[in-house]
Formats: sequence, structure tokens, C-alpha cells
Amino acid sequence: MSASTTSAAVHGRVGASAARPDGVAKVTGSFEFSSDLHAESMLWAHVLRSPHASARIVSIDFSPAWKIAGVQSIVTQDDVPGAKVYGLEHPDQPVFAHDVVRFYGEPIAAIAADHPETARRAAAAIIVNYDVLEPLIDAEQAITAAPIHPDGNIFRHLVIRHGDQSVTGEVVVEGNYEVGMQDQAFLGPESGLAIPEDGGGGVDLHVSTQWLHSDLWQLAPCLGLPEDKVRVHLAGVGGAFGAREDVSMHVHLCLLALKTGRPVKIVYSRLESFLGHVHRHPARMWYRHHATRDGILQRVECRLVFDGGAYMSSSRAVIANAACFATGPYRVPSATVDGWAVRTNNPTCGAMRGFGAVQTCYAHESQMDRLADACGLDAVEIRRRNLIRTGDTCITGQILDGTAPTDQLLAWLDAYPMPADTRGTDEMMARPGGAGRTADAHHVKRGVGVAIGWKNIAFSEGFDDFSTASCTIGGGRVSIKSACAEVGQGFVTIALQIARTVLGVDDIVLEPADTFIGSAGSTSASRQTWMSGGAVMTACEAVRAQIIALASERWTVAQAAIELRDGRVSTLNGDHDEPVITFVGNDVVHQVVEYRHRPTCALDENGQGDAHVSWAFAAHRAVVDVDCDLGLVRVVEMATTQDTGTILNPQHVIGQIEGGTAQGVGLAVMEEIVLDHGRVRNPSFTDYLIPTALDMPHVRIAGLYDQPEAGAPFGAKGVGEPPTISSTPAVAAAIRAATGLALPRVPVRPQDIALP
Amino acid sequence: MDTTSLPDELVTYTLIVNGTTHTVDAGWQGESLLYVLRERLGQPAAKNACEQGECGSCSVLLDERLVCACLVMAASAEGQRVTTVEGLAPTDSGLSDVQAAFVQAGAVQCGFCTPGLVMAVHDLLDHTPSPTDLEMREAISGNLCRCTGYGRIFEAIKNAAAARMNG
Amino acid sequence: MPIATPHSLDDALRALQADPESQFLAGGTDFMVEVNAGHRRPGSVIALSRIPELKTIDLTDTTLRIGAGVTYSQFQQPPISSTHPALAAAARTVGSPQIRNAGTIGGNVGTASPAGDTLPVLAALDAHIELTSVHRLTRLVGWRDFFVGVKRTSLRPDELITAITLPVLDSRQDYLKVGTRNAMVISVAGLALVVDLGGRNVRVALGSVGPVPLRAPEAETWVAEQIDWESPRVVDPRTYETFGMMVAHAATPITDHRSTADYRRHAIGVMAQRALMRLL
Repeated sequence: MSASTTSAAVHGRVGASAARPDGVAKVTGSFEFSSDLHAESMLWAHVLRSPHASARIVSIDFSPAWKIAGVQSIVTQDDVPGAKVYGLEHPDQPVFAHDVVRFYGEPIAAIAADHPETARRAAAAIIVNYDVLEPLIDAEQAITAAPIHPDGNIFRHLVIRHGDQSVTGEVVVEGNYEVGMQDQAFLGPESGLAIPEDGGGGVDLHVSTQWLHSDLWQLAPCLGLPEDKVRVHLAGVGGAFGAREDVSMHVHLCLLALKTGRPVKIVYSRLESFLGHVHRHPARMWYRHHATRDGILQRVECRLVFDGGAYMSSSRAVIANAACFATGPYRVPSATVDGWAVRTNNPTCGAMRGFGAVQTCYAHESQMDRLADACGLDAVEIRRRNLIRTGDTCITGQILDGTAPTDQLLAWLDAYPMPADTRGTDEMMARPGGAGRTADAHHVKRGVGVAIGWKNIAFSEGFDDFSTASCTIGGGRVSIKSACAEVGQGFVTIALQIARTVLGVDDIVLEPADTFIGSAGSTSASRQTWMSGGAVMTACEAVRAQIIALASERWTVAQAAIELRDGRVSTLNGDHDEPVITFVGNDVVHQVVEYRHRPTCALDENGQGDAHVSWAFAAHRAVVDVDCDLGLVRVVEMATTQDTGTILNPQHVIGQIEGGTAQGVGLAVMEEIVLDHGRVRNPSFTDYLIPTALDMPHVRIAGLYDQPEAGAPFGAKGVGEPPTISSTPAVAAAIRAATGLALPRVPVRPQDIALP
Repeated sequence: MDTTSLPDELVTYTLIVNGTTHTVDAGWQGESLLYVLRERLGQPAAKNACEQGECGSCSVLLDERLVCACLVMAASAEGQRVTTVEGLAPTDSGLSDVQAAFVQAGAVQCGFCTPGLVMAVHDLLDHTPSPTDLEMREAISGNLCRCTGYGRIFEAIKNAAAARMNG
Repeated sequence: MPIATPHSLDDALRALQADPESQFLAGGTDFMVEVNAGHRRPGSVIALSRIPELKTIDLTDTTLRIGAGVTYSQFQQPPISSTHPALAAAARTVGSPQIRNAGTIGGNVGTASPAGDTLPVLAALDAHIELTSVHRLTRLVGWRDFFVGVKRTSLRPDELITAITLPVLDSRQDYLKVGTRNAMVISVAGLALVVDLGGRNVRVALGSVGPVPLRAPEAETWVAEQIDWESPRVVDPRTYETFGMMVAHAATPITDHRSTADYRRHAIGVMAQRALMRLL
């Protein structure tokens, strides 16, 4: 029932803690990230960005920039030969701001020069006259405010009405909650290299991304080129977490390369990275829970207002997730959910790990704790009485038909031993405030909090979600190929483990990811183990079947009497036995497949429908020490349990859980993009703080539920997002327990505790 | 309006990187050691995550002191010894003990922070062979990792320290 | 010559004399951040890292003289850590180990950021800044006269910061700092407290709550009278809280993206109270 049960697996195959194939390259520094790329005679690009959140562009004078020696090209919206707008789900974002700017940092022009400093100086020399406008910065107001874009201000208003709408409860708890704007803060900034095709009019873009084909589908129309003239290659990705799902500098870079006829490289600074990608939606959420006196949920009402910022990105899907999972992994017979995602002049928001479920989990778990207090129950008991289980109906009317080991997850967590209370003996560095030496032992209070969350795996609402993969045996090698973006999560390991297991061959090459093969879909929504893992599995199965069919024909033995093992194809009786490479010889056995999960449906006007493929669950118990007078928090321990499905690689799963938990801890106590009239005030690692090794406690795995999920390749669920969902509310609850404060907002800032 | 570009600010100097002397010919004076290593000397192991000393991804040794290469003006490092991940003494496996421990323990995900962390951990274990939990945390508190939550990194450090003590 | 790398103080001053527009480069931890961000052009640079005179630490019975090129890492070792533990504590909160290996006291003083971690300690200890001109004239400037505004000092264009001098006191001292992370964080508020047992006085200095480091003279005078200097101890336990309030009153904080003015003032009060309790 835990990861250890799978440790007997064959090394390198499914179930083993196989090492990353790129691990050695990464520790030696030879792994090529997108910012490491280099081409002969390449130019450097820099993007001029708006210093205002809302303004009309009155005039632009490029002449000072052209006077700088070394400037080779400047492109603006006028230079975009094809579509002028792009977008992940709907094209509403101009390649460059032209007449108006709608967010702080919106690109206005891009410069190519012979040195990055020259390009930067040229950008600074361009004189833009703005007619500065009052930005629309309040999401609630945006619902009724005058539109700031031809498409209007409302990305989506999603309503869920489930069950008897007139029900009320004996116990009613109500609350308003707020989540700040979190950033993905991957370490490797946006970067890429565009290389123009010699005489062919096309372009090759090497870029760090989460979805090569989505980039291609947006990029080619803007460049006015057919898709086969635009080739997108995955360059080494320094983390993603949702921020690389959208196009950033792709079009700019290709335009400059095509215009100059030279390779052009760009590497965002950290400041540009903060301005150049989407963030997690800040949310304001109102909730009212109705329950019986003994805490059984009768009805949940909520209103969710998500600030999508200037352009749509994935706002529609984010608010759908927020709404569908708004009431938490509980049986809720009656629900009314009003979900709004709106346009403002704040930075654009889109995908980040957990994707809508993070915000609502913080709110529903805060509500469950309030309900526990109102009913005189403890945090585990109130949840236990309401947990959703396999066969129950979700508020979308869909029957939850996958594994849902919610009881088990809470039970493991509840039984897990508490960490020792070392407040009296801790070194000062280990207390809240850390190196600042602010707390003595008697200033520190301890609190414990519990939370459970859920989320869908893969894309929902009828989206045609597929992944392509190929498997090839020929030319003396066995190879697989997928356009799945490896962003650090470990698909490169899992893909090889799957291929080795299916083919019975250990020595397999994973080809580079690019657009020479069909789409793998996005590395998001915890979907790649299932989807691209499924595609690799299916492609390998097809190759395996073809080999067996060939052998059956060649050796005139029944297919059932043939096996692939240890890199060899042989008959069970041993009459025939040769290495599969030799067997294939000069032929090529090649299969390309598209893998799809089971179809899903759109949600109807009441938010009802079988919209989701599968659900995954995780729970956390946080133990915190709080210096209440100064409002400083040290997270002492995070214990966690998760519904993983079959574990394909125990070490990778633990890595995802630890890393995901850290991002949730960060949101709970420190991470927020601070805005002032739409301007980002802290676009740096000096002021946007993510947990250091002195902030992140040990993550204790209290149990992993590894029963296979029906319909999933090898029975494996995605594991990346669930740890980020329940960790934040668990920490918030623990701080509440230590302080007795309501804390209706994350991140919890020192002043929220010290001066409530 | 300033129309001078970089030509007035070009410098030529030598750097000793991993024991090899390199001449940087007419580099812009404002270039950091990080930029010069990556873009002029073809040694991109030190990484460019923040370029303001707040992430540790570019950690290198400068005359045996662990520093952020992004905050060293390259031209000012003339004659000083620069050691990067590319210059770590390998064992038979081709990896240093710390590098091998990172691969083994699953301390690498996206890997962008990894070369800097490897340098920081070498620096730690060279000075403090048997670090406490807190010493270990403080030693790498300047190296941000966004993927791992540090769990497998701690594991790798403990394993490498234990191997050194027993080795 | 766009960059000079002098090997002696003399050569550094000569380089400055030759090109008065030159900028000094110490540890680079502020300078290069600005260059990397395009906010500063290096122009002519005099790199100070090779000058032995700037790296000396001289301790007498009464005075500690710290060369301007001494790094924060060295503060955590004797003699500084034993004679001036508050300085060691402050240095340990600066940035990361990498930053502490590169950043220097001279640089911290020269940058004169309101959030500079060593500045409150220097203010509490009534440090002097030693400045040497191209004419080889040396003057000692008290910290009050040296820090004149946000990132502004009274350093003259023809001078170099060569050392910091501090009295060696029979004292108890500490530095406390609030930041929203347990390490590698800019000070939201910082406080240095020195209980001078020999001089029978108390000095408290505040960081990040004003354009320059601030002292709290009223609180200092008042609290010195509440101490039984023979023991030494605080006679009335209510003294701590009152002291905290008085020190908080001396702060002149602002609200910015790192925190609020109210919180900063509050934190100063809490730290003052706790520091006094810890030392007495």
C-alpha cells in the first residue's frame, strides 16, 4: 500500500526507481537548456515593454535606437505578416501592443542587436509617448465595467446548480476568502533561439515550452507561414509549472530571425520573466456551507471571482476547474457555484500547478474547519463524515467512477506520529524568523492543520485530448519518439521505463521532442504519464505485435509461442532465439499511434455533465511554529498521503510530492506578486520570495495509495498537481490553530498575524 | 541622446578557468563572469536564473570561495582561479561523489539549479565533512530549487557525506 | 583604462586621481546587480579585491578597525565574532553564503541602503567610517555624518572608504531582523541593541525604518536609568514593554511592497523588548 511494495521491480522497468536518463548531463552541466544555445553569428534580442498597465500609445520614435551601433532590426505589430493576435484557447492577445497597452510589461517592440547590452540599450532609447489611462484592476468591478478589450471583460461565467436549491442546514457557516497572485518562479528564465531556414523562408525555433504543437499552432499563423515551414524544437526546460504553456517570445524571436536572416537568441532576465509569463489567478471567494448538527453537508453555495488579467490564456479552463472542484472531495447533495473569470489590466493569469483547484481548496478547507468548530468536531472527523467515495455523485452530476481512497488518505495521516516538540531546544536559526534571531523559545506557539484536496487528471469538458508517439526498431537501434515536453517532471524516465517493459528491451533511445511528430498535448494537468505514457505504451505494443507477427511468419510458429524478452525475440521452446535488432535487420519496424483517454462531455447550462476523465486526491497535515507577536512562521513538518494509482517510479513520485508540497507551502506563507495599480512591485527573486532550504521542512510520506486506476495505462494516475493543492490550506489551518486567528487570505503575511 | 555603443567599453583580459587560461578579447566591460563563462568561453554549466545573487544557480569557486558568478565583473577576476562544475575532479564514474549522489538520490528534476547546488555542496563538505541538518540547510540556503522541495537534495548531501566519512 | 585592478591602496588612489569619474568595485553584490539590470554603466572601474590594506582586521584594547574589504563571512569568525557578536549576527543575515563570501563591510556602508544589515550595528556602536583621499588624507567620519539619506553618504568624489572603526566595549549586544523568509531575505526591520556595561549606557539602533539608520535617544536615556548596573539587571519587569514602545516611537517607517509602516513599527517595538530581555 506504499511505495515500498513496488521496490522489487526490475531495474529500469515500470515500478523501479530508474535514474533519469538526463541526470548525468544535468549534474555535469552538459545538459543544454534553452538559455545555453548558441549559433554562429547569432544576434541577441530584447523586448521593449510597457511601463503602464493601461495606456494609449500616442507615438513611438525608434530613431534613437537606430543610432546605436550594432542594432540590426526592430520589429513591431506592423511587421507581423500574418495573424495579429494569438492565444492559448482563443486568440485575443496582440503579438505586440499597437494602439493600446493592457498590462504592465506588455511587449511593444523587439530589437535584435549584436550584443545583449546593445539590444537592451536600444530598447531603452526608444521613445514611446503614452496617454496613460486609469487601469481596471478590480476583478469584481470588471464584471460590469466598460470593456477594456473588443472581446469584453468576461472570459467565462460558469454556473453549477446541483440538487435541490432550496435546502438549508441546521448549521450554516459563511466566509470570504482570498488568494494572492502566485508565480511559478521556475529557475530557468524564458529563452530561445530562432534559426532562419537557408533560402527556404521557414524557421526553426528552439524553445523551452510545455506544449510544442500549441506553440506551433499559434506561431505559424502569426508568421504567415504554413505549419511545415515552422519547426519547433524542445530546448532544455528549466522548470515550467504552467508558466510555459503560453506563447511568450516565440513570435518576436522568429520575426527577428526571418527579418535579419540570422539566428537570434533571447534570454529573459528575471524581471522580464516575471512580466513575460502568466501567473496563478488571484481569487476572491465567498462560501456558505449548510450542514446538519452532526456535521453532514447539506448544501454548499459559493461565488468565485478569478482575476484573469489582460488576456484570456487558459482562464476558461481554470475557472471550470475551480468551479467543478469548489466544494472539495465531499458528498454535497446540493450546490450552487457561480464562477467568474474576468479580464482586467492586471498581469495575465493562466496555468499554474493545481489549476483552479488550488484556490478553491484553500477556501473549502477553511470552511470545513469552520464547520468543524460550529459542530464541535475535530478537523479529521468533520471531513471523514463527508468524504466522497467511488460511486458517489459529484456536483457536476458525474458519478465518480475511479479510485477515491479518501478515507484511507485521512486515516494514514491521522495515524502518522507527530514530530517531536523541540521548541525548547531548537537553535535560534531553527525557530520562526530563522537567521534573524527574533524568537526565544517562549515566543513560539505550535499549531497543527489538516486538509484534503482533489483535482481532475488530463483535459476535461469534451476537449479532444490525445498524445502521439512512435516506436521504431531498425538501423540497429530501438527508439521511441514523442513531442511531450520534459520540463523536469521525469517523462523521459517514465517513457523509457514503459518502452522497456512493453518491448522487453533495455537499450532504448528516446528521440528529441519536436514538431516532426504529432502533438503530445501539454505537459500540464498531471496528464503526461497517462497520455504520453499511454501513447508510448501503445506504440510499443504495436511494434511488439508486429515483431511477433513477423517472427510467426518467418519461423512458422504460432504467435502465442513467441516472446520478446531481454532484448531478444524467441520461441518459448528455444528453437529460435535472436536479438530483436538482428531479427529486424535491415528492415524497419515503425508504428505511430495517437492515444486518447475516454471521451468527456461539455458541461450543460447548469454545470452538469460527465466532464472529467479521472480524479486524484491528496491530503496534508502541517505542523507549524508561529511567533505570534512578530507574525513569523516556521513550517516544522508536512506529512502527506496521496492517491497515486500504480507507481511507475517511486523516487520520481516522491520528488513530485516534495516539490509540489513546497509550492503549496510557499503560497501559504510568502509567495505573492504585489501589484500597485496593475504594476508589478516585486518582479525579482529579491522580493518575490520562494522557500529556501531553511524554510522547507521535511515532507513525510504517511501513505501512498497505489491501487491501479481502471483505464489508465499501467493504472498510473498523474501525481504532479495534488501535492500543491492541499498543502496550502493545511499550513493555513495550522497557523490558525497556533494563533486563533481567522486568516481568510493566503499568503499569510507577518502583519496578518501580528496586527490582525 | 547617447549614441555610443559598446566599443568604448571593451576590455581584453585573461581568466583562469578550471586550470586553463583563457583570453577574453574585447569583451564588454560590464559582462559578468557568468556571461563570459557561458557566452564567450563555451562553459554554460553555471546557470542564469536571476543575475542578482538571489538564487545560487551560478555558484562557482573564485580563489576557493563560493560566490555567485553573476556578481563578479569578469574583467576584475583576471588572475583569479575560477572553478565550475566542469572543473570538478571526477572519480572513476566520471562524476564527483556529490554529482553521483545527486543522480542516485533523485535530487535532479529540471536540473537548472543543479550545477550551482553541486558547487555549494562540495564547498560545504570540503569545510564541514559531517554537517548537521541545520548546517546543511544554511549552506544551501542561497541555492533556490523550485522543483524538488529540497527533500532529495538533503538525501544526496547526507549520502555523499556518509560516503566520505566511510571512504 | 576601463578597469584597474590595483594591488595596493596607493595604486587605487592613484587610479582614482588619474580618472576621477572612476567607480569603485568592492564585492560586486550591489554594483553588478545594477549593471546586470542595465541600471548602471560600469564606466571606469577600480576593482578593490586585491588590496591587502583593505583586508586587515586590527584589534587593540579599545578599538577594532575593520578594513573596508573584509567580507561578511569573516565577521562570523574571531576576532570580530568575539568582540562584536552583534556584527557577526547581522552579517549572518546578509543574503546567502555566496553573498557573504563576496560582500564587504565597505560596500555595505558605501551603498548605504536603508536595509543594509550591518548599519544598525555600526550606528549602535557609534562607528566611524575611515575615508582616504587621493591626497592621502585620512578622515574619520561618525556614522551620523556619513549616512545622509537613502543610498546617500558624505563620501567625497576623491575619497575611498578604507576602514570602519568601532570601540571595543565591555558590553552585551545582539542584532535582530525581521524578514518574510528564514534566510536570504531583505530586512523588513532590523534592530541592534548594545548594553554597554562599562559605560553604563544602552544604545539601540534601527534599520529599514527610515532613510538612514536611526537611534532612539529618549528610550536609551530612559532605560539606562531603569537598570541596576551592579547586577546588571532590569529592576522593574514593566521596563521591557515601555522600552519597546519608546523605541518603536523612534521609527519612521514607510509602507512599500515588502511590508507596511504599521507592521515595521510594531516589529521594532517587539524586537527592542525582546533584545533587552535577552541581554538583561
